[in-house]
Order: sequence, then C-alpha cells, then structure tokens
Amino acid sequence: MTSTSTRGRGPGRVRWWTYLLLSAATVVCLFPLYWMFIVATTDTATATEMPPEVVPGGNFFHLAGLVLDTVPFVQSLLNSLAVATAIGVGQAVLCSLAGFAFAKLRFPGRNALFVVVVLTMTVPTQLSVIPQYMIMSELGWVDTLQALIVPGLASAFGIFWMRQHISATISDELMQAARIDGASTAQVFWRIAFPIVRPAAFVLGLFGFITAWNDFLWPFIVLKSPERYTAQIAIKALQNSLDVDLGLAMSGSFLATIPLVVLFVVVGRRMVAGILEGAFKG
Amino acid sequence: MTTVTATLTPAPSAALPPPASPRGRGLAERLSPYAYIAPFFVLFGVFGLFPLLFTFYVALFDWNPIGDQVFIGTDNFTRMFADPRFWNAAGNTVSIWALSTVPQLLLALVLAHVLNHARLRFALFFRMSVLVPYITSVAATAVVFAQLFDRDYGLLNWLLGLVGIEPVDFVQSTWGSHVLIATMVTWRWFGYTTLLYLASLQSVPRSVFEAAAIDGAGPWQRFRHITVPSLRPVIIFTVVTSTIGGLQIFTEPLLTGSGLTCGAVRQCQTLTLFLYEQGFGQFEFGYGSAIGVALFVMVVAIAAINFVLSTRIKADR
Repeated sequence: MTSTSTRGRGPGRVRWWTYLLLSAATVVCLFPLYWMFIVATTDTATATEMPPEVVPGGNFFHLAGLVLDTVPFVQSLLNSLAVATAIGVGQAVLCSLAGFAFAKLRFPGRNALFVVVVLTMTVPTQLSVIPQYMIMSELGWVDTLQALIVPGLASAFGIFWMRQHISATISDELMQAARIDGASTAQVFWRIAFPIVRPAAFVLGLFGFITAWNDFLWPFIVLKSPERYTAQIAIKALQNSLDVDLGLAMSGSFLATIPLVVLFVVVGRRMVAGILEGAFKG
Repeated sequence: MTTVTATLTPAPSAALPPPASPRGRGLAERLSPYAYIAPFFVLFGVFGLFPLLFTFYVALFDWNPIGDQVFIGTDNFTRMFADPRFWNAAGNTVSIWALSTVPQLLLALVLAHVLNHARLRFALFFRMSVLVPYITSVAATAVVFAQLFDRDYGLLNWLLGLVGIEPVDFVQSTWGSHVLIATMVTWRWFGYTTLLYLASLQSVPRSVFEAAAIDGAGPWQRFRHITVPSLRPVIIFTVVTSTIGGLQIFTEPLLTGSGLTCGAVRQCQTLTLFLYEQGFGQFEFGYGSAIGVALFVMVVAIAAINFVLSTRIKADR
C-alpha cells in the first residue's frame, strides 16, 4: 500500500507513529492512577476546580487520617493481605501438586480427569452466589476470612498452567533417576520437581494474589462487620460518604492501590514474562 | 486454544514409572496421584458445581432464608419474564458487555501488532505500562472514573467544554452510564488482552512478516493478513472469557450509580446487581436464583454463539 518497497521501510524499522500510539496508551493506562494520587492529596474543592490541579497537594496525611477514622482501614489492608497471601500460596502449592500429577504420574482416569479440569474453566459459577452464601451459612463461615480463602485455594487454570510448565521443564530421565534411587512420589515432587518449577509457581501465586486482593463481589456478600472488611469493601464503605468528601474515597482507593503498585514495580517484569511465556494463551 | 488441544493428548513418554522398590509403598503410592488432584475437585465441587446445580433447585421455590421454603414450580420464571426490571437489567447487561468487549479486543489487536515489532525500543516499559490497569482494583477504578466523568466537576466534561460540547451526564443517563462502565472495563482489561495476543503473535516466525514486506505488503496488509489470522485461536479464547466475565459485571455499576439499582431509573442495573438486589436486599432467594439461572443460560448461549461465529470466520478464509 505505502512505499514499503523502498529500502529500510519494511518491518525492520519502527515508525514514529508507533511510539506515538504506545505513548498514548501508556498515558491512558497511568493517568487514572496519577489522578487518584492528585485528588488523594488535595481537598474536594481543589479536585473539582477547572482547569484541574496537576500537582499533588499537601493534604494527604489529613485525608489518610480521615480514612482511618471512618473505617478500620489498616485492619482491612491486613485482612486483604492475609486473604491474598493465603490464596497465592495455596494456588502455587496445590496447583503445582495437581499439575505434577497430571504431567508426570500415571494413573487410571488421568486424561478424562484432566479434560474435566479444563472444562470447568468454561463454567460460569460466579452467578450462583445465593447457594454459595447458603453453604457458607451452613458452615458457619459467613463474616469470616476463610469464606474468602478456601474457595480460591486451587484453580483449574492454575493446574493447567503448572502442568504445562512441569511437562516442559522436567525430563523423564531426571525423574527415573530419582526413582531408581528409591525416592517416593512425594519426595520426587518436593525435592526435584517443585524447586525446578518454582518460578512458574511464583508467577501463578502472584496472579492469585492480585485477583484475590482486587476481588469485590464475594467479599461484599460474605463480610458483614467492618473489622472483617477487605480493602475493596472498605473503599465501598468510604464511597458511601462520597457526597461528603470525594478526597476521602479517593484516598482510600489510593491507599488500597499502593501495595499493589509497589508489588508490581518489584515483580511486574516477571508478570509480563509469565504472560508472554504463553501458558495464558489458552 | 491451540495449546489446550495440543496438551489434551498426553505426551507419549510423559508418565513417571512406578517406584523401583515395591517394598511398603504399594497402595499409598498408587493412590498418591489422586491425593494430589483431590483438593481442586473437592473445592470446585463444594463451592462451584454444587452451588450452580443448587441454583436451579432453589429457583423452583419461594425461598426465604429465615422463613419458609415453598415449592412453586416455575412461578419464579413466569414472574421474571413479566418483570420489566428483569428485561431492563438484561438489556443493560448485553449493552455494557458489547460496548466493553468490542473496543477492548480491537485496541488489543492493534497494540499487540505494534508491540510485536522486532526493533521496538522501551518494549518492556510499554508492556508493563499496559498491565498497570489490570493490577488496579475495580473498586478503586470505579471511584476515579466516576469522578473523571462527573457532570459538573469531571475532567472529561471540562475537556469536552473546551471544544464546545455540552456537559454529558454520564452517571444519570442510560447510554452515558453504559459508556462510563464500558470504559472502565475496557481500561482495566485491554492491556492484559494485548499481552495475551502478543504472546500468541510471538510464536509466528518473524520471517513470515519479513517475507510479506518484501512482497510489498504494507503495515495494514500485514496486520490484516498475518496478525489477525494467526491470532484467531486466542481471539476466540478472549471473546469467550470476556463473555463469561463481562455478562456477570457487578462492581463497576454498583460503585458508579447510586447503589443496587444503579441510578434512579435503574439505567445501569445489570443482571448480577438485580440478582443481588432480589436475593440479599429483598431476601427472595428463590427469585434471585431464577435470575441466576437466566444469567447462566444467557452466558452459555452468547459464549456459544461467539464461539461458533469466531470459528465460522476462520473456516471462510
């Protein structure tokens, strides 16, 4: 179409509009977070001024203090941390175990059971919240953190992801050698397989952590008392006073987002690599 | 999707032989694989499959959590089909889903194509940037976007005002609230989808793009005839997953409008919100479950239609 036959204008060169497009996408992605920060550090009056304020104000600690007065926010951050960590670790370990079984162990029904695991990924279960709540009620788990943790400890996607990695990285020769040395299946898993796939399990745990940290609907249904709130539910509680002070809801949102931004700065590279590695392809 | 199909058939030599020493490890060793996979099946059974089936059962009752459970057959469904609030919620759900899925996938296609460039500089920076919305919670996103889209004090309306456009009431109007919610969904997911597409694109040999360029194919032709066709499996995957997730949208409308009705005239109330309102607001578990069943049928039907359409396009080419 264009003058691609000209030397040097093939796919080898990046055109200027590529960077323009990507820069625009970057701005779009980062701006809401920046704006959250701006409003979280100013008062409502400044936040609603036009043209808008573009530098952070000095009101952050005042607003953060207000947040802590309105809801038990530190407690809610700790609750989120506990729930997200438990789910992240649970996913990493339980899905590695199951992935190991499906990738490397021989047992009757293996293939059929794996097909079942993959099929469960397509079942929309989130909409059955009423019976889910009834079960939690029967178990006496309403308004507890284990109601959030236990259902998320293992996932079909995680099993699929770990199976891919274990099949790809662990050779049968290695396993056989361990067998000949008399290792049991459990020993083969913990001493040989798991250490090798730990990076993949880490990325999986990370995704579990982030999903759990950001979950809203289920905690919103199950949690009742403010001291059990996760950070997301605390934001909702703050938002009820949105008419009173916008900065308040924004500060809460900002405070609940900081931990993940910090986490992302540290491990974002590995997350990107994890997605690009391809197990997320399907 | 290719990966799924490929891995469903086990690799020929993948299985681990039983332990060399038979002594004392008979039954426990033979059962250990089942122990390893059991946690998932137990958890999915108890908290996923059973509740789903139980939804169908509860939907046949007039079920009050602290009162009686009276079997009423299909009365909940008759009532639901006659309920304008149900049809309103169903319409809103489909509208918001379509408004958020289509732009998201198109944007992701273009960005993945661009990010796949071999000599792109700052590639990691751009890749990480587009993933930032994914780590931001829906609750925080909703608070920020509601403010940015505010009728009187929002940045967006201020910008529109600069070019002479009247302020739009994004929260209170029907289409405005749908656009606002769809924008949030698109913002949160397009980067993640982009990276999924990029992952798949990277398995296409670079020589294919180079050969096309040498044959005179421009950027648009390369995009249309190489990028899009080679992404078809993952496009189908994302269309199906965004259908399953998008039709169950809850948090964005809840935090955008005023509570469970999402606005004075239920202008952005989705089916999940309506389900929640009936179930946990009115304590009508039976009616709420009937809405859940309707949502289930809708999700499965739309996902199936999408799947068939996406594969049909593939066959035509």
